[in-house]
Amino acid sequence: MPASIFSALCSRFGENIFHEQLTRDETPTIWTPQGKIIAVLEYLRSDAEQPFRMLYDLTAIDERACKSKYNGTCEFTLVYHLFSFERNAFVRLKVALRGEFPNTPSCTHIWPAANWYEREVFDMFGIRFDGHPLLKRILMPVTWEGHPLRKEHPARATEMGPFRLFAAKEDREQEALQFSPEEWGLKRHSEDSDYMFLNIGPQHPGTHGVLRIILQLDGEDIVDAVPDIGFHHRGAEKMGERQSWHTYIPYTDRIDYLGGVNNNLAYLLSVEKLAGIRIPERAEVIRVMLCELFRIASHLVWYGTFAQDVGQLSPVFYMFTDREKIFNIIEAVCGGRMHPNWFRIGGVAQDLPNGWDKLVRDFVNYFPKKLKEYDKMVMRNALFKARTVGIGVFTQEEAIDWGATGPNLRACGMEWDMRKKRPYSGYENYEFDIPIAQNGDCYDRAVVRVNEMWQSLRIVEQCLNNMPAGPYKSDHPLATPPLKEMTMKDIETLIHHFLHVSWGPVIPGGEAMIVTEATKGWNSYYLTSDGNTAPYRVRVRTPSFAHMQMIPYISRGYTVADLLSILGAMDYVLADIDR
Amino acid sequence: MEANFWWVIGGVLFVLLNTAAGLIWLERRMLALWQDRYGPNRAGPLGLLIVLADTIKLFFKEDWIPPFSDKVVFVFAPAVVVASVLMSFTVIPFGPNVVVADWNIGLLFFLAMSSLGVYSIVLGGWASNNKYALLGAMRGASQMISYEVFMGLALMGVVLLSGTFNLREIVEAQRGLWYFIPQFLGFIIFLIAGIAETHRLPFDIPEAESELVAGFHAEYSGMKFGMFFIGEYLGITLVSSMIVTLYFGGWLGPAFLPGIIWFVIKTFVFISLFILLRASMPRPRYDQLMEYGWKVLFPLSLLNLLATAAIKLILTDN
Repeated sequence: MPASIFSALCSRFGENIFHEQLTRDETPTIWTPQGKIIAVLEYLRSDAEQPFRMLYDLTAIDERACKSKYNGTCEFTLVYHLFSFERNAFVRLKVALRGEFPNTPSCTHIWPAANWYEREVFDMFGIRFDGHPLLKRILMPVTWEGHPLRKEHPARATEMGPFRLFAAKEDREQEALQFSPEEWGLKRHSEDSDYMFLNIGPQHPGTHGVLRIILQLDGEDIVDAVPDIGFHHRGAEKMGERQSWHTYIPYTDRIDYLGGVNNNLAYLLSVEKLAGIRIPERAEVIRVMLCELFRIASHLVWYGTFAQDVGQLSPVFYMFTDREKIFNIIEAVCGGRMHPNWFRIGGVAQDLPNGWDKLVRDFVNYFPKKLKEYDKMVMRNALFKARTVGIGVFTQEEAIDWGATGPNLRACGMEWDMRKKRPYSGYENYEFDIPIAQNGDCYDRAVVRVNEMWQSLRIVEQCLNNMPAGPYKSDHPLATPPLKEMTMKDIETLIHHFLHVSWGPVIPGGEAMIVTEATKGWNSYYLTSDGNTAPYRVRVRTPSFAHMQMIPYISRGYTVADLLSILGAMDYVLADIDR
Repeated sequence: MEANFWWVIGGVLFVLLNTAAGLIWLERRMLALWQDRYGPNRAGPLGLLIVLADTIKLFFKEDWIPPFSDKVVFVFAPAVVVASVLMSFTVIPFGPNVVVADWNIGLLFFLAMSSLGVYSIVLGGWASNNKYALLGAMRGASQMISYEVFMGLALMGVVLLSGTFNLREIVEAQRGLWYFIPQFLGFIIFLIAGIAETHRLPFDIPEAESELVAGFHAEYSGMKFGMFFIGEYLGITLVSSMIVTLYFGGWLGPAFLPGIIWFVIKTFVFISLFILLRASMPRPRYDQLMEYGWKVLFPLSLLNLLATAAIKLILTDN
């Protein structure tokens, strides 16, 4: 084991400039002075023993309304999450920023992935990054006034006064829609030809949602691409600050809307870490089973739509039929389908219904045959291969630089699955393999996902065969809502029930982040609690955001038709990008 | 002769236009069958009236001409495709005596007319003044240039064997042996070129829904769009009839059915093949398609011509 990262930093930069904070999730959390942060990041990225090569997340917290401020008087805190594959560890660097609209140096020269994260922090908090190549709004419209995640920004429409569209305002909005290539840092012509600018989206059958990609084309060859995101932004992080810990669960369903309960899990693991709740075994197995069923469902949607992106019309119908079979199980268990809203703080909402095992067993018996059929239909199709092999290639190093995770990372030969490497929710108890592929092209990303469905099926089967008996929800006082039968027996539980249902549970102060392997990659909720009925700050780190940022980098030099293969193989969900 | 002549023209037009419209229903039902769903099944028996409903809908849709378009060309383009395809049908012998124009240059006329069809794509795409349409038009033109060449070359094998450009005589010449056996390679090449000619999946590259939205006809609506639509189905019918005429003995068949029925049956087999292809194949990239055309099919068609000529020479010498 190398020395702790805190002592390594101290021996390198001096004893008294860093300060280590203890957090609930036991991630080393190091307060770094603003002047030193770039040097520290550079050191951790390249020079440190077992370096932290991935910038996992970068966000900020508006500390001005916090009652139990940890570090004295700062107005904003900048939070960097780095990950080291060699150490299998995260490190959290915090920088205290002072002033109403602070400035801080940009780290885009260290990680290309920092670009969008810094734009998001600027958009949401008004913190400016010096040296950023294109610091403009990313999720909010360019005409938006204010920075939504600042505490003084209203959280509900009723706090904002009635909406009026004056003629002048309308003109201003129209004006803002005008496209000018210079604004995006694009040239209008090369030495010998004019470029064509093609607007893909926001309404386009190939983008799978409201996404706009501005293409700079030379003939059909892509010179550059600029994704314009934010059309699907619903302010999930801001909503978190005024929902109770319990009532935020349905909002998480809608982040990666194909991933269903995987979102619930990522959020609740962090909440339960903060609250110190241990989950009963049965609840854990139920959670794993549903997560894996949703993983298969999500991959099926990707499989069908990817085939459709390269022009194959039929597979999507077969795959949606199979997804429907999964939804029948989900519906029998949860009542809901795409948005199950099923996990609760401390367990799941209800026990499994009678006859669930037959439904699951039927599916487990039925699905392998279909997967083999799809393999013949899609993966072994020569034209499909011609469209995907060698397209959109990136290497392991590039993937890590850009923060690509999940199947996209595994397609470049990195055998890294959070379920295996940092097991949560009892994943260490299951037998499954981590499918990988070597070339990092569109075809390999498809191979990894297809093989993942086989592995998920294995996990579901193990859940089915080894479902433990016992309670489906913890008896911890913060489990919400508490088990109903107990409330009829003792006054203590009745009081808890009343409070948790009316006000919501009070989660102890602190912060936690548990990274899960969601359907599309690493997903986590970085929660800060100041000991209230609502989180002080909810940071949703989604895999699709990082993946979308990578699109221009890997699509340059390919053609318009290839871009569709690249988009399809990336497997993103717009709600997961924009939150 | 005169009265009979007009009856044939009228009959051919009537049957063709209805076939093209009926193919909307047929294609949707067959796709649905292969894709585990129902397809149109509400209007009329087996959903047959969907054809009527679709036509009425197309006629009553707003016929929008974009203000930024080149209006004359924009209006003119969709007519070209239907006109050129219909013209091609004049030389096809549907039965022993059912042919509009029994010309001795029939095959050449077909090739000439089918190449005109691409004008509607290029002009339509250009006149729309829309970037997607322009990309589609460019793709259409490059696809046509690649595929016309060896389409013609592949047909020369048939001409060599029969010694005529007259389609009726080509059919007569197949009395002993249908040409798809001696000209199997030529048949395959013509089939592939024919799919490219009609812009059907897997060669629907000028349209490429998932990339170019609707490609060259992105700006078209109402009956002008309907013309492209009908043109596509007429094109499928045309290529299927040509395959039948040139390689599968046209109206020839056992005597218990009249010749024209045999022709219709054979043609529908190939139309179904077109639909099946659409249900099963992904779409190549357009440079891959051109590469395939120039580097594989073009040499093959030359080889086919050479081999056919050589064999013919040897046989006639003896």
